Amino acid sequence: MLAAIGVPAIDALFESIPARFRLTRALDLPPAASEYEILAEMGALAARNEHAEARAWFLGAGVHHHYVPSAVDALVSRAEFTTSYTPYQPEISQGTLQAIFEWQTMMCGLTGLEVSNASLYDGASATAEAVLMALRISKRRKIAVSAALHPHYRAVLETYLGALDFELVTLPRGADGRTQPSALDRETACVLVQQPNFLGCIEDLRTLASAAHAHGALLVTSVAEAVSLALLAAPGDCGADIVCGEAQSFGVPMGFGGPHLGFLTSRMAHVRQMPGRLVGETVDVDGLRGYVLTLSTREQHIRRERATSNICTNQGLCLMMATVFLALHGKSGLRALAERNLAKAEYAKARLRAAGLILPFAAPSFNEFVVQLREPAAAVLARARAQGIVAGLELAKYAPELGDALLVCVTETASRESIDRLASALAGART
Amino acid sequence: MSRNSTRGFSYEEDLLFERSRPGRCGVDLPRSDVPELNAGALLGELARAELPGMPELSEIEVVRHFTRLSTWNAAVDLGLYPLGSCTMKYNPKLNEKAARLAGFAATHPLSPASETQGLLALFWELERFLAEISGMDRVTLQPAAGAQGELAGIMMIRAYHAQRGQARTKVLVPDSAHGTNPASAALNGYQVVSVPSGDDGILHPDAVAAAMSEDVAALMITNPNTLGIFETHLAEICEIVHAKGGLVYGDGANLNALVGVARPGDLGIDVMHFNLHKTFSTPHGGGGPGAGPVGVKAALAPHLPVPVVERASDHSYYWQYDLPHSIGRLHGNHGNVGMLLRAYAYIRALGPAGLKRATELAVLNANYLLARLRGAYHVPYTKPVLHECVVTDRTLAETGVTTLDVAKRLIDHGYHPPTVYFPLIVSGALMIEPTESESKEGLDRFADALLEIADEAHKEPELVRGAPHHTRRRRLDETRAARKPVLRWQPA
Repeated sequence: MLAAIGVPAIDALFESIPARFRLTRALDLPPAASEYEILAEMGALAARNEHAEARAWFLGAGVHHHYVPSAVDALVSRAEFTTSYTPYQPEISQGTLQAIFEWQTMMCGLTGLEVSNASLYDGASATAEAVLMALRISKRRKIAVSAALHPHYRAVLETYLGALDFELVTLPRGADGRTQPSALDRETACVLVQQPNFLGCIEDLRTLASAAHAHGALLVTSVAEAVSLALLAAPGDCGADIVCGEAQSFGVPMGFGGPHLGFLTSRMAHVRQMPGRLVGETVDVDGLRGYVLTLSTREQHIRRERATSNICTNQGLCLMMATVFLALHGKSGLRALAERNLAKAEYAKARLRAAGLILPFAAPSFNEFVVQLREPAAAVLARARAQGIVAGLELAKYAPELGDALLVCVTETASRESIDRLASALAGART
Repeated sequence: MSRNSTRGFSYEEDLLFERSRPGRCGVDLPRSDVPELNAGALLGELARAELPGMPELSEIEVVRHFTRLSTWNAAVDLGLYPLGSCTMKYNPKLNEKAARLAGFAATHPLSPASETQGLLALFWELERFLAEISGMDRVTLQPAAGAQGELAGIMMIRAYHAQRGQARTKVLVPDSAHGTNPASAALNGYQVVSVPSGDDGILHPDAVAAAMSEDVAALMITNPNTLGIFETHLAEICEIVHAKGGLVYGDGANLNALVGVARPGDLGIDVMHFNLHKTFSTPHGGGGPGAGPVGVKAALAPHLPVPVVERASDHSYYWQYDLPHSIGRLHGNHGNVGMLLRAYAYIRALGPAGLKRATELAVLNANYLLARLRGAYHVPYTKPVLHECVVTDRTLAETGVTTLDVAKRLIDHGYHPPTVYFPLIVSGALMIEPTESESKEGLDRFADALLEIADEAHKEPELVRGAPHHTRRRRLDETRAARKPVLRWQPA
């Protein structure tokens, strides 16, 4: 090979790098290890992390422990999905393209809107992208954000907006746990609410949409627990103009928070302001139906600094997990899954109330809710952990006004027995 | 013949929605152990009546559906995938196994640090691996892809200038750059100024000096650039930018040409991102997930996204949120952790000698291909290349065959085409990156295919212009897709 190139040695191929910048030492990294050694090393690291397969698990807050059917990983692990890239060449990427088209169709149905993109990084960045989109559509500069938006989503939104000229106002949370649409005016670009909200309460989207639309603003609804879409009124049907969020619950492992699956849907009228890739149907030269990436003049590789977003690679394989998950569950399975989550959470709420604990919010919830404790939250969490229970998220950092309180998530994976143990652990000695 | 099978075992497959039959379902829930309740009664009009658009299929139908779909994709595991700048190298199976360990896959980002010490230790180690490889001082693992890494990097640059009371307004981007570079700068509110490359394909100090002023926050540069050519004037260019108080952002898309050989940090780069799905072997997944950690020099460390992992004196690890000059949070959690795990396994498997060897073989392979193709295809630049090469269709001009036709004809020969029509500064570019994963025989077969296509172009141009001929679908009408967008299935 060197002879064909016309150089005496591999080193000669690097002569374009000035000698003074070439490393003359080996990188200071651990020596190569064998497959067996690496699995042992990483296995030892894995063993030092608490995980949901070895605990009774009630921690959610935007990352949810759901059962993933075996067929999901079996199919997604196929090398034709795993080791391909963005379907730039449609003739040899129809598998990925058709699956994305199916994802887009299902997400339109679940959110009640007309167009879905082919994923964004995660729920937080999808929410930031949705707000940027609303700013472009409305050409206004004020963003009204629910106080009950996931605090990490709020933080990422603020990071993304950092360089832009805008005004962020916070919509207060009412005593029932829901967002109150105040402080809107003709400068408001959008109202941003989470459904169900960070504290688990189901928002009245119709009222929020009316309030937003009365001022010519858009309603952006962010969904962090996608299974709720199968049970709750579709945000688009309630008046939401853009729906965004996190679809990790559809078959993507919690995986310490990523990779997950941001999504974004909107009305067709706004499609040219959408970020991210879109797949559309067309025909080939023989008239046979096929799929291609389309409307790419919105995107960075064509429009560069005038693109709707800088996103390039998205979360393709996570989209594939979710598409398989949704196909397996289908119409009846997804509804049953959502109803089971509701039933388990309602059972847990009843048990906690019976144990004398206070659930402060009157608004209905889906699979997550706030419970106020009678003791310091840290002590209660530690006691539960000692019993093999990860009881929820301590809220002191996010909602100190609630005192010693936990955000508890109860999915289909929680057994009645584990919920009973949770109630005992949270109630403490008085039960 | 029925529509089931088109050619041998290449199957037709309808959409999920067309296959759907009422009452079918591919999952089973366990029997409920809690009281049933009436969701409609409990939630009233907050609940929805039905799920439009959701299909109904049995498990085997779903399995066959996606298995059939998968067979329509090209993939690295099927063959050489020379997509320039995307680094479609082999994705080791070990990495997949390691990332699926329950102690990683079933963990929660809000579990306290005390309960996730294994992961924090791994983050801490990986940050140091990447810092050593790149010559940077600190690394954030949070960005979910290269483009989000760019966004984070430019945000840190903006924060750096803001802290010094400077409101700089421009970012310089060479005309050979990836589209994400100008888009990331624009998202940060910067005016993008394009800097022309020289006739030799690289950036020249005088071009940068002419564009450089105290309004310029940064220069973004890819090195080696998108032509695969090392930016030999980079050190001098960095000095020009630094002299006016600007910073240099390094797009790490092509870091795989340098690992173990040279370090961007030593060349004068202040901030850079890593594409773990390129250089560090994490799978491309049909378009992600990737991961785009960002390395910075110490002067920019105060602006890293929060939280960062730190190690206490007792060697326990913790999340540090108290960074008053941080750009803030960039990801809802800790980034694409699954990709970090795979990259860690890759670095451990290769070690320092193996990483350097991978670089050498990637560069050897690209140069070998270029040597084989020279003559049959036009080579627009004479400078030596590193990990990828760019050739063009100029030698075929009289045949009417274009780069697009060559790309499509490669499909008939069993290859995924290279990146085409990029970089934008080269007319009819074919940007070829073979990676270190290919053997000499594999490269020879691929080169033979490209030479044969050049020959076909002269002898039988219509054959090439009509390609591909043997795929399930032939050329698709992209204009129609864009003009009358059909972006979801709807019942007839």
